[in-house]
Amino acid sequence: MNAQVKEMSKLALLTAADLKEIDSEIAKYPEEQRQSAVMAALRIVQDSNQGSLNQDLMDAVAEYLRMPPIAVYEVATFYSMYEHKPVGKHKVCVCTNISCMLRGSDGIVSHLKQRLGISFGEVTEDGKFSLKEVECLGACCGAPMFQIGKQYYENLTPAKVDEILDNLD
Amino acid sequence: MVTIEIDGIELKVNNGSMLIEAADEAGIRIPRFCYHKKLSIAANCRMCLVEVEKAAKPLPACATPVTEGMKVHTRSPKALAAQKSVMEFLLINHPLDCPICDQGGECELQDVAMGYGGDVSKYAEKKRVVREKDIGPLIATDMTRCIHCTRCVRFGDEIAGLRELGATGRGEHMEIGTYISKAVSSEMSGNVIDVCPVGALTSKPFRYSARAWEMRQYESIAPHDCIGSNIYLHTRRGRVMRVVPRENEAVNETWISDRDRYSYEGLYSADRLTVPMMNVDGEWRETEWDTALEAAVSGLKDVVDHSGAPQLGALIGPSTTLEEMYQVQKILRGLGSDNIEHRLRQRDFSDQDAAPAFPWLGTPLAALETANAILLVGSDIRREQPIAGHRVRKAHVAGAAVFAVNPVDYDFNFALEHKLVVDPRRMTSALAAIARHLVTITGATNPAGLDKLVQSPEYDTAARAIAERLRQAGRSTLLLGASAINHQNFAAIRMLSALIAELSGSTLGYLSDGANGSGAWIAGAVPHRGPGAQAVQTSGKNLAQMQGSGMAGMLLVNCEPDLDLAEPQSTMQMLKKAEFVVALSSYKSPALLNSASVLLPITPFSEMPGTFVNAEGRWQSFEPAVAPMGEARPGWKILRVMGNLFDLSGFDYMSAVEIRDELQKLVGDVAKDNSLAWRAPEAGQIDGGTLVSISDIPIYSVDALVRRAPALQKAQKLLGPGFRISAALARKIGLKDSQEVKVKQGDREARIAVEIDDRVPESCVWIHADISDASKLGAGYAPIVLEKA
Repeated sequence: MNAQVKEMSKLALLTAADLKEIDSEIAKYPEEQRQSAVMAALRIVQDSNQGSLNQDLMDAVAEYLRMPPIAVYEVATFYSMYEHKPVGKHKVCVCTNISCMLRGSDGIVSHLKQRLGISFGEVTEDGKFSLKEVECLGACCGAPMFQIGKQYYENLTPAKVDEILDNLD
Repeated sequence: MVTIEIDGIELKVNNGSMLIEAADEAGIRIPRFCYHKKLSIAANCRMCLVEVEKAAKPLPACATPVTEGMKVHTRSPKALAAQKSVMEFLLINHPLDCPICDQGGECELQDVAMGYGGDVSKYAEKKRVVREKDIGPLIATDMTRCIHCTRCVRFGDEIAGLRELGATGRGEHMEIGTYISKAVSSEMSGNVIDVCPVGALTSKPFRYSARAWEMRQYESIAPHDCIGSNIYLHTRRGRVMRVVPRENEAVNETWISDRDRYSYEGLYSADRLTVPMMNVDGEWRETEWDTALEAAVSGLKDVVDHSGAPQLGALIGPSTTLEEMYQVQKILRGLGSDNIEHRLRQRDFSDQDAAPAFPWLGTPLAALETANAILLVGSDIRREQPIAGHRVRKAHVAGAAVFAVNPVDYDFNFALEHKLVVDPRRMTSALAAIARHLVTITGATNPAGLDKLVQSPEYDTAARAIAERLRQAGRSTLLLGASAINHQNFAAIRMLSALIAELSGSTLGYLSDGANGSGAWIAGAVPHRGPGAQAVQTSGKNLAQMQGSGMAGMLLVNCEPDLDLAEPQSTMQMLKKAEFVVALSSYKSPALLNSASVLLPITPFSEMPGTFVNAEGRWQSFEPAVAPMGEARPGWKILRVMGNLFDLSGFDYMSAVEIRDELQKLVGDVAKDNSLAWRAPEAGQIDGGTLVSISDIPIYSVDALVRRAPALQKAQKLLGPGFRISAALARKIGLKDSQEVKVKQGDREARIAVEIDDRVPESCVWIHADISDASKLGAGYAPIVLEKA
């Protein structure tokens, strides 16, 4: 079958700031290895698009790094830190792995679900919070824990969770 | 070479080869799924685990290089246990739907599970389910059956050169697919069906129609392009059910194009001509063979008697077998006419006397991939000759520089190092620029009249770079494609290409039309030369001359006059004015019903013996796989009877083989020499107009059979209406994408939706020639006017 289907460029979806940052990642690799920057590029693009990716954004990354789009989809779906659905302003990533579980993460999860009125993978109506179950984040000594943005919160109790959430805008 | 031992057998194998290759060569069977000899090594299925002495664990044979003194056991208890365990894991998520799976009976998973798996499954948990994906009209998917060998992914990446399939998600959630809903667009996509070891990817048109063990397998040759891919026809109860590749390393390796794979559907099109038909007083009637043959012969005789033999002509489709072509010219020449033509899409015949005796590829097909530089002249090689395109891609992957001088910036599956995308009116000047640089580089004498042709200073940098690289390459080749051969200035293009080839030390090759476009020259299916390029007393009329002067009687063989010819309108007029037209055809095409007097049903390639000579000069004969449909008969038999009815001598053949042997003896070894002595070509101009149309034949419109294959037609439809202009031109006229435009060409008018596509030069309109709306227009490279509707 012919592939004479014209593709519209989606590069315009990437901001100048994104491109600058992606360029600095590309510069870390040999000239002909642009695609090595794909993970960083996806993170940069996700961060500047309310924390999630979509097909157009992935296509734009593919175009910029001169990769086949499917190769970008593969990477973006392999790693769980890339989001493919909209997330809340604050993405609460709760660890439920063995150490956290033994230290009561189930209670933390049910408290969060009740307080926010959402389950894993959902976003609150005001778009402020989303909840995500994650595997070990390497903070077992402070279990139970969760991560919001780039911040770890450890030794959680329901009261501490309320305090943390109340202090977020 | 190293010496190793597999299962107690001592083997001498090449350094660096993998265990599995050594075992395969020695005929020692090791089970595998992800390993495929034409693809890179993934080592992800682990099925080929074998025991290697002194290694702690079983090793994958596909990814273990041989070393001196290695002792390998493929059937030891340790190896068997490892294979059995892997098999158990592979079957965990595989559904037990073999009874309704198309792969059943020819499934590598079934076979290997039988040979190496356990008897019972311990697995009682839930199996995962993966939704099937729509990847187009050619390939059916059942992704639950997928075992993630990634052969299809690697095929796309490494062979097709289009990475369309991938593995998204991970672990339990990993899926093979396109991720977004999208039809795969490779012209060789169907090969993933063959590489898929399970029933995840199967043929959509063939689905649920037959079981592997119900079918018989016959060797055949694909009838669509100048490659002549080796194929198997799988038949059941006298019907071709599907086509699969037959391995021939020198021709198609293990691949075939989608065109060759799916065109068989057209064999059973509803408009197959299965009974002889006669037009009696404006009404078509079915009739007996005797009556039809006698009517055909007496009608043509009348023409010869009343109007003279020079008023009789024959048009032969370029995918007609050598035997039929040879007989047609024998009949015509026996009757005193040399008006025999197979170059149905060609427009410029002015240099036909200088044409090579056998216009060929210039090099063996397999040698294409060892070229260091390749210049494509007027060729969308991927669509015209998919397997040749694949060889060019292989050359490129191995480091060759590929260049193109093309009227459209075709999307190739390899990168072009330099390209000249030029308005077809400037094709000659672009080539002349390259030739002129070569003159300077080599210090050769400047051929008279060359400077006059160079008019394109804007192409200079690319032209110079191409010239330099071709000259330095060592092994380089020029390939003339359809838009060069069918160009109005073909003579000039050919002359300049030959000059470039000579100055740069490259070979010059023709990518000829149809399955036997090169063979036709051997058979003598040209007006100016007999079989094997023997001289004729007076040259007959070529296609353009026949169209120009009109003919009283015509014999059409395997050609649909409204679709197979460069100038369909003038051809139809010529046929309508003719007194008597006989058509040998496999189909009741409307154009034939409109213009012919007698229709004789001939069989397509699957129902008769024959020979195609491919572009490298390989004579490939095939035998029928199924009996002729209805009253249809092989063309060679019909032509033999016609020869007898005309009272011509030498038509006593008992078989097609006799005809081939007679021709072979007659022509001997045909000289394979494409070189051309310099003669300043005339820079014939395509007259007037600011805009010119570039009309090329879409990949699935090349011949009657393909045009009747529904799955391929669906695939072609996905391409859109096929009337494309550049964004700059659209702006000038004030058009948006998919907006209708009023088109005028000659005295014809149409309204067609435009597609904006920047691969088209600004001064051109790119038309897919047979798309319904566009077929109302003239063909070729002709002035065209667009107006806002």
